[in-house]
Amino acid sequence: MESLERILKEHPFFASFPPEHLQLVTGCARNHRFKAGEYLFHEGEQADEFFLVRDGKVALEICAPGKAPIVFETVAGGNVAGSSWLVPPYRWMFDARALEPARAIGIDAACLRRKSEADPSLGYVLMKSILPILVERLQAARLQILDVYGRGH
Amino acid sequence: MKPALQTTDPFLPELYRVEHTVRELADTVTLEFKPLSGARASFTPGQFNMIYVFGVGEAAISISGDPADGRMFVHTVREVGAISNAIAKLEAGAVAGIRGPFGTGWPVAAAEGLDILIVAGGLGLAPLRPAIYHILAHRERYGRVAILFGSRSPADLLYRHELEQWRQRLDIDIAVTVDHADRSWHGNVGVVPSLIPRASFDPAQTLAMVCGPEIMMRYSATGLLQAGIPAERVYLSMERNMKCAIGLCGHCQFGPDFVCKDGPVFNYSKIAKILAVREI
Repeated sequence: MESLERILKEHPFFASFPPEHLQLVTGCARNHRFKAGEYLFHEGEQADEFFLVRDGKVALEICAPGKAPIVFETVAGGNVAGSSWLVPPYRWMFDARALEPARAIGIDAACLRRKSEADPSLGYVLMKSILPILVERLQAARLQILDVYGRGH
Repeated sequence: MKPALQTTDPFLPELYRVEHTVRELADTVTLEFKPLSGARASFTPGQFNMIYVFGVGEAAISISGDPADGRMFVHTVREVGAISNAIAKLEAGAVAGIRGPFGTGWPVAAAEGLDILIVAGGLGLAPLRPAIYHILAHRERYGRVAILFGSRSPADLLYRHELEQWRQRLDIDIAVTVDHADRSWHGNVGVVPSLIPRASFDPAQTLAMVCGPEIMMRYSATGLLQAGIPAERVYLSMERNMKCAIGLCGHCQFGPDFVCKDGPVFNYSKIAKILAVREI
């Protein structure tokens, strides 16, 4: 059986984590398997656990009243689903649904936040990993809003 | 492959008859043009023709057909203005004028021996399709081949049937993403650059060909460089308002170059500095 620490180490998100920090994170982690169609989390719920997708594909979707849900991003293996666990009030802003059978590492967000407060060097390494992802997603969201394939372009 | 030498007046259109049309999308049509006499000129993937609808005007349209099929020119046209609307409305049997082919092509010969990354967005797949045909016809000359294609929504996917056929091949990787989708879509949702890290290639031995809206190309080029592909091996197809198509009128001036004559396919290292200059 694969050790959780080794699984974490192989995930791109933790690639730059020093061993001592990886060990701290491992204490907050557990394995998950999701069936196709199963939800990882729902909008409005407490963001107390976030997910590093190992394989499979997860759809992030928003539902407007009276309308069909809109998928605005898919997250594949090697990526992180969601960032609401980082900032108060720690509530999910959208739904995450497995499009196909998916394996993920769940990280207890409260546990990780607590450990980061106690050891700011862990928090710094964590921020260095999460910030490029957030910037990349911000840029991608801008591109999507621009509707570059529309007639105006 | 070198483009055919122009032996006639480059301003004089040759007459072509529309043989067949296919409605690709709500606003996009593919037309096949057969010469009224003689053979069609040879072309390099990436080149364009000037298509003249008599009484309406002339527009630059990329060639989107198979370069190995010498019977006709294939063009995919999106209805965005008076001339492109008129071209898209041409029916089988109609006669139009064609000048060309013009411009530079994709470096399909220089890419031999390398991994190939084709990055297309929206209608940008049309100018890349001849290169894809060429690469697939000479598959043994290339390393790994990946096609990354982005579109607005699943309903806007160009050449959907062909994408599905390519996807069935075992010797190329096809990744498609859309900007947004409903729940009936089980593919990727997100922007094209997000597909780059997931593609399988050796960055030091890869050549990338990129075509799509200019903003998408800028972001994609950044993503390709981040992935380790040298700027000298990233090629972009630029689009400007082309009139004469032979570098005389200046309508398509792009910094020190003319897109019609020095492009439309440019090496990224040559244009990177002016690509983000608003005035250009």
